[in-house]
Amino acid sequence: MKIGIPKESQPGERRVAATPKTVSQLRALGYDVVVQSGAGETASYPDAAYVAEGATIVEGDAVWASDIITKINAPSPAEISKLPVASTLVSLLSPRLDPDLVAALVRAGVTGMAMDAVPRISRAQALDVLSSMANIAGYRAIVEAAHEFGSFFTGQVTAAGKVPPAKVLVVGAGVAGLAAIGTARSLGAIVRATDARPEVAEQVESMGAEFLTVKAGEQQVSTDGYAKEMSEDYNAAAARLYAEQAPDVDIIVTTALIPGKPAPLLITADMVASMKPGSVIVDMAAANGGNVEGSVADQLVVTANGVKIIGYTDLAGRLPSQASQLYGTNVVNLMKLVTPGKDGKLVLDMDDVVIRGMTVSKDGELLWPPPPVQVSAAPLAAAAPPPPTPVKEAKPKSPARNFTILGICAAALLALFWVSPESFLGHFMVFMLSVVIGYYVIGNVHHALHTPLMSVTNAISGIIVVGALLQIGTAHTGLVVSVLAFIGILLASINVFGGFTVTQRMLAMFRRA
Amino acid sequence: MSLTLLQGSYIIAGLLFILALAGLSKHESAKAGNTYGIIGMGIALVITVLGAVIGIDAVNNASDRPGTGLPALGLILVAVLIGAAIGVWRAKKVEMTGMPELIAMLHSFVGLAAVLVGYNSYLSATGADDKVHLAEVFIGVFIGAVTFTGSIIAYLKLSARMKSAPLMLPAHNYVNLGAIVAFLGLTVWFVLAPSIWLLIVMTVIALALGLHLVASIGGGDMPVVVSMLNSYSGWAAAAAGFMLNNDLLIITGALVGSSGAYLSYIMCTAMNRSFISVIAGGFGSDGAITGETKDYGEHREITAEGAAELLEDAKSVIITPGYGMAVAQAQYPVAELTTKLRAKGVHVRFGIHPVAGRLPGHMNVLLAEAKVPYDIVLEMDEINDDFDKTDVVLVIGANDTVNPAALDDPSSPIAGMPVLKVWDARNVIVFKRSMNAGYAGVQNPLFFKDNAQMLFGDAKVRVEDIIQALSRS
Repeated sequence: MKIGIPKESQPGERRVAATPKTVSQLRALGYDVVVQSGAGETASYPDAAYVAEGATIVEGDAVWASDIITKINAPSPAEISKLPVASTLVSLLSPRLDPDLVAALVRAGVTGMAMDAVPRISRAQALDVLSSMANIAGYRAIVEAAHEFGSFFTGQVTAAGKVPPAKVLVVGAGVAGLAAIGTARSLGAIVRATDARPEVAEQVESMGAEFLTVKAGEQQVSTDGYAKEMSEDYNAAAARLYAEQAPDVDIIVTTALIPGKPAPLLITADMVASMKPGSVIVDMAAANGGNVEGSVADQLVVTANGVKIIGYTDLAGRLPSQASQLYGTNVVNLMKLVTPGKDGKLVLDMDDVVIRGMTVSKDGELLWPPPPVQVSAAPLAAAAPPPPTPVKEAKPKSPARNFTILGICAAALLALFWVSPESFLGHFMVFMLSVVIGYYVIGNVHHALHTPLMSVTNAISGIIVVGALLQIGTAHTGLVVSVLAFIGILLASINVFGGFTVTQRMLAMFRRA
Repeated sequence: MSLTLLQGSYIIAGLLFILALAGLSKHESAKAGNTYGIIGMGIALVITVLGAVIGIDAVNNASDRPGTGLPALGLILVAVLIGAAIGVWRAKKVEMTGMPELIAMLHSFVGLAAVLVGYNSYLSATGADDKVHLAEVFIGVFIGAVTFTGSIIAYLKLSARMKSAPLMLPAHNYVNLGAIVAFLGLTVWFVLAPSIWLLIVMTVIALALGLHLVASIGGGDMPVVVSMLNSYSGWAAAAAGFMLNNDLLIITGALVGSSGAYLSYIMCTAMNRSFISVIAGGFGSDGAITGETKDYGEHREITAEGAAELLEDAKSVIITPGYGMAVAQAQYPVAELTTKLRAKGVHVRFGIHPVAGRLPGHMNVLLAEAKVPYDIVLEMDEINDDFDKTDVVLVIGANDTVNPAALDDPSSPIAGMPVLKVWDARNVIVFKRSMNAGYAGVQNPLFFKDNAQMLFGDAKVRVEDIIQALSRS
């Protein structure tokens, strides 16, 4: 089958859905790839590079005559009309927000696969473009902020005076938020972050930021990996936290997005006004209405008190080469999933939750929304009940039973001793005490020393040599006894000398760091 | 020489042996412990040889024994020298990976020596009507013979000269039980009507029992078996002590016997196996392996370069070695990798499962040999909660000890066995020769987890590849 890579038509879009590298991977899956001339130019991938990997370059609309079209942005109505019937379109479709587009695809008889509707289960991470793009966007958000910010991020003590480190607040610690935290940290800033989901605190701390807990009764445990809308109570507590932080920090990055809903307003105009002049806010949710009052999509706004609010919506596209490469790889991973035979034949397995979740239309049928997939990133709610340990559970023995067993043993031993000669009992006493000592002496042995311990006890059990020594050459016994004793001495000596030597060798090797 | 001098020396030697075992329980005192053992053994040997050669005078004339004179001394010296030469030679030469075989072999010597001493004691006994003595001889020979053949089988299995899969005779538990019943019956008969033939028949039964006991235990249980045999060899020595009226043998044998038994018990707890069923041979179950072909999904592969990149970016790394590391002799490259990563500021530690390897503490010895400092080598319980804070786990030649099925699949043959929770780490790299199952014959769902990647090939070569990739960057 043929995969077509058209040039993105949306103004300002610099990414492309396939790079020369991913083209060669698609070809390895058995597909032919056609690329519209100039498709990768803005992402620094010239046509020649695609040709070198085996793609065919076509001019103009010829690219649309393919079995599979992969692109970044959702197609315009004009582009939909160019899609052949029964072709497959792979792109961002935002099916939650744009039901009309989905309907148009259904009418056109096109199979639509939304790269932005991948279920958030571990297996599907390899094709999750929301994650891969958010990662880039989070990085770029800090780079943009640094560009507008009038000072260093890192604190320095120089001959020209001391520079305090910048303080960065990241609101929403999803993929983008974590990427922003990592970038800001690596520039040397003090980073704080907050999120409605308490389980991300650990991730935030692992990136080197401080997690600010919103002190509210409610805590959200996510079951599908996305954040949800919060209650009034929580929002009020969060607002107090933001209001507290705003005057203190230099940079705020907001990433709060709830799928299919307008972005929640988190930073009010009052909070913005309380910030120091020269502070920068990056509103990564500007495309969906913004988390910050006063932010404008695709604009840099400077407020009356000199705070810059960045509302760029193409943050990921500002790294076009990298973004194209990651997007392209996500597409390749999708194609791997739907090309089980690696023979260039697309097979959509509708029983696979990943495929089912992404497919919005097929054969003129509307398939959106898919049945819900509940797979959680939350540790608590999703944790399976503790595994049953049927083997181990022994019923606690009642003390009465223990005493009975003990009593029977004592009685049996007593009966044995009664008929034993005196000398035997003396030896038996020694034996018993030694057994107990052996047990206690070994009780707290360090695990690493098990082998040396065993070889030392092995050497010591060579003490059997004593028995053989006393038997050899006694006058009243025959030759047989002496021969056997000789062999016994020999064998036991191997043990004694070998055991101690090897223990010494082993112990000499153990050393402390 | 007076009997009190002899026995006084034995008391001192016995105390020194206790100090030796106590010393061996900590790194700081381990070397001193070994020295105590050597001194104790030296005292015991010298005093016994003197006693044997020049004779012993006791207040009670019954305990008197005449000296055997110089010819016997010559014989003794020759035997001891030959034995010492062989022992020291083997001990110096053995590779640390071959330690389990050596120790199993040494156990068999004690067993055989106990059998010989038992026969001698019977042959040279003057008062044949001493029933207690007869029973002691019988028991001593029995334990010695079981230890002897059991250790030989263990040796063969460990040195891969024999298939390590458990031998599964039908009704193997009844075979064992039958042998023990026969032994008890023969003991009674022997005490009532002593005869060398009964002793020989019983010895043959005991030898067969030893063979069967260990043959029906799988290779995965070898650490327990070796330590069990260690214990048996102790009991054999103690039994010899009873028949010879020698307290030193009793003390030492009981020390070794009970410490070995307790050590095996620790091992069994670590594997969640029933202690009784391991001693009795076999898994306790019928050793059935669930041969189900469940679909675990697909595993992912990684290259040595990829692994090197992961390691380079990691803050903390835990290495969990298993028997595969010993087989591939990979401990030196692993140690080098550790040094390299530590030099780069990566926090590297080792997590050792109690039954990793074929001998209790086998991995520790190998790592110590390769000069890995012992304070970064931790036990399972010390490290198991740290995996979720770990960036990369390297599983080198371990399989069953890192199998999540032990915790979450009650039908698994290894269900309930505590395992290293490596899958909690962000990345797991599994070094393996192929996708074959581990010793317990169980598939490992770990390999199919999303955060696990397989690095196929010989562990030693692969670790060296990673070291090279690290040096290049």
